Amino acid sequence: MSTASMPNPASGAGGFDPRRLRREFPIFASNPDLVYLDSAASAQKPRAVIDRIAEYYRTDYANVHRGVYRLSARSTELYEEARDKVRRFLNAAEAREIVFVRNTTEAINLVAQSWGPAFLKEGDEVLISELEHHSNIVPWQLLRDRLKIRLVVAPIDATGGLDLSGFEARLSPRTRLVAMTHIANASGARVPVETVVQLAHRYGAKVLIDGSQATPRLAVDVQALGCDFYAFTGHKVYGPTGIGVLYGRRDLLAAMPPWQGGGEMIASVTFEKTEYLEPPHRFEAGTPDISGAIGLGAALDFIEALGRDRILEHEETLTGYGVDRLSRIPGLTLIGAGQHRLGILSFDLEGVHPHDVATIIDRHGVAVRAGNHCAQPLLDKMGYGATTRASLGVYNDERDIDALAAALEAAREMFHR
Amino acid sequence: MMDLRELYQDIILDHGRHPRNFRAIPEPTHTARGHNPLCGDRVTIYLSLDGERIADVSFEGRGCAISTAAASLMTEVLRGKTVAEAEALFKHFHARVTGGEEAELPEALAEDMERLEPLTGVKAYPARVKCATLSWHALEAALKGASPDTTVKTE
Repeated sequence: MSTASMPNPASGAGGFDPRRLRREFPIFASNPDLVYLDSAASAQKPRAVIDRIAEYYRTDYANVHRGVYRLSARSTELYEEARDKVRRFLNAAEAREIVFVRNTTEAINLVAQSWGPAFLKEGDEVLISELEHHSNIVPWQLLRDRLKIRLVVAPIDATGGLDLSGFEARLSPRTRLVAMTHIANASGARVPVETVVQLAHRYGAKVLIDGSQATPRLAVDVQALGCDFYAFTGHKVYGPTGIGVLYGRRDLLAAMPPWQGGGEMIASVTFEKTEYLEPPHRFEAGTPDISGAIGLGAALDFIEALGRDRILEHEETLTGYGVDRLSRIPGLTLIGAGQHRLGILSFDLEGVHPHDVATIIDRHGVAVRAGNHCAQPLLDKMGYGATTRASLGVYNDERDIDALAAALEAAREMFHR
Repeated sequence: MMDLRELYQDIILDHGRHPRNFRAIPEPTHTARGHNPLCGDRVTIYLSLDGERIADVSFEGRGCAISTAAASLMTEVLRGKTVAEAEALFKHFHARVTGGEEAELPEALAEDMERLEPLTGVKAYPARVKCATLSWHALEAALKGASPDTTVKTE
């Protein structure tokens, strides 16, 4: 195998240079004036990922886990190597605790549909929070209606962060699972998940963390965190779409029944009886997204080469700059994100609807998201129908925030003249 | 930014800020809600029909400048029209903003269509076309709805 060349974009002492790093992302060569501030929706892809996927199809492609020929063995090796890269990325104890899925949504649905019916009974409670994305609400509502369990919601506090005492007050011996975001996608509120896990375990509840917005921004160590499940998606960590990850503690995965049946997940099949493979393959029915997994592996290599501490430092610095810069725009209100906001700036501009904001600033080359960000309950609670959301990636710097601020001033002027 | 000014013409900004007929009708003969889940915009259309004629039409809701102005202008042109005329206007307006085939418009409605003309700037903004048509879809649902209170969604 010829390894895709991986220039070290993080060279230079003390942090990295986002402007130089942009050269690693071909999208900016195709769109030189693009101010991309929508990485929370999906991150752009570095050349290393794009090239790795193309190279895999050109040189190593075959189906996995079945062929005896060398090319298939090679492909299987690369696929499983990607799984081990994910294991390292999360610091999981074993690669078999890593299940490849399509995205975070599918990871959460897997837990809901496999672990749920096997371990929950009528009257049991699943505890979520007001900060959740629809993907960490709806699967539990479906399960609630099916199993007659209760869905309990922990509130946010006045600052927009998780109300920890409100959370603790909703824990009880009936709480069987806490499913909570690590960083709220609509506001950027960072949840103290370490405390959440400790409190939940005190009541014997399992904990699933939605790491969609956290994995691109900070180091995650599932063993140190002690969570039972951790979910994230490839396309937000600079990897391809169509691949995501469910981490599950080995004993839990081993006790869970399959949720989809088919090839790749069975040990033997007769018309009378089928024996399933052990995790993780038990949960990967059908031909998986092999190139997606390998591309994800390349994306995680890219992140590790940059340095996760340095990415966090970059995101924190730029978030602080953004808060400071945007707060100076008259009529602009950042929606509350508690004590720790990271990577996401969600705001209201007085007198200008978010969709008008997004259309106007798009004409200035600034790409942001406008709407409810798939977190309608959170925005309802905060009294907004919609907000404008700017979110950060490794390729953003102060100039992008300045361009956003200038475009927002122009939008304001248009509506207030 | 010239092209932006074609979308956000003064009349749009004015109706967006100061929508006309922005109120409920206490006892409407027809009503329907419109909802655009993409952006969270919501509109409720109230109609008071006197036979085939629209005696009064109004709306409430929240939305962007485009959707608010579209609803406001719609209520202005529809007052006093017949149901058939309202449908003809919608058909023509819809074609104008989506770039579809334009139906023949009766001469008598030409002036009303002219009033709606500023909204056709959305044609250049595919993501915003639904903002301009939401209230019209709700109107159509109100007129056709078997149930007096229906909700249409743009998604």
